Amino acid sequence: MALSASKLNRGLSHTVDLVHDLKRTQLVQYAGASGDFNPFHTDEIYATQVSGYQTVFAHGMLVMGITGKMLTDYVGDGRLTKYGVRFTRQVWPGDDLKATATVTGLFETNERKLADFDIVTINQKGEIVLTGYAQAEVD
Amino acid sequence: MSGHKFPVEASHIKMFAHAIGDGNPIYHDADYAGQSEQRAIIAPPTFLKANHHFDPESNLRPKPDQAWRGSGKYATTQAQQGGEDGLAPKPELLHAEQHFEYHRHLRVGDVLTPTTREGKTWEKQGKRSGKLIFSETITEHRDQNGQLVVTETSVGVITEHVIEQ
Repeated sequence: MALSASKLNRGLSHTVDLVHDLKRTQLVQYAGASGDFNPFHTDEIYATQVSGYQTVFAHGMLVMGITGKMLTDYVGDGRLTKYGVRFTRQVWPGDDLKATATVTGLFETNERKLADFDIVTINQKGEIVLTGYAQAEVD
Repeated sequence: MSGHKFPVEASHIKMFAHAIGDGNPIYHDADYAGQSEQRAIIAPPTFLKANHHFDPESNLRPKPDQAWRGSGKYATTQAQQGGEDGLAPKPELLHAEQHFEYHRHLRVGDVLTPTTREGKTWEKQGKRSGKLIFSETITEHRDQNGQLVVTETSVGVITEHVIEQ
């Protein structure tokens, strides 16, 4: 079900808890599905001894993908016209993630109704791990 | 990343949706998807990045007869270790930004071809990471009919220091 423009207004926000206690297994799963086998995401020995991190960390694109689930569940399947993010902080195994979309504008162009959103994803400490924007076609 | 073909396949979409924790039937149930507004299984909005698998030049996967930097008997391949300080932590390219503009959404059966060009580069001083060097690449993904499906901008960053937790 797509969103209806009549139910949206500027400043309206929608928050979803997406991940509790992120597992290393999910990083392995994402590496396999995406083809990004950079060892600092899945290889503890490499991540700590070669890259110098405390442990492995999530692919930015995994965090964008997880945040994208919040968006597509909200705006409807196949409705996004734009989605862009900045990765502001790394996401580590054990993290919880919560994502929010806030309506920043509604407009019509070429007989399509579009909604603009600000996106933010935070971890269990309230630190911002991802910020971004999206645009979707609404009913 | 240019010129190779990226076939959009149902089992790959399903595995990708599993990996991002998304059980939406639009990504795996052909009957459900067929009766939906989209009329077919579509791909999640970030699925395009799975084209690493099909890029012959990708350095993100081990390749036959080439040294791979991941750990085996040693923390990294000896070829990668270099000199005595070869194991000292050194900053690696990180993903800083990602932007997608969807002209339509990917469907099972699409075969995409990317065309990539370099964009801007810039520098910034980071609080935790020292000097940051950013570089942008822009990729247009066209379908089997030559139609533009998604325009993608990716920004990579190299940091001066490794970022700690």
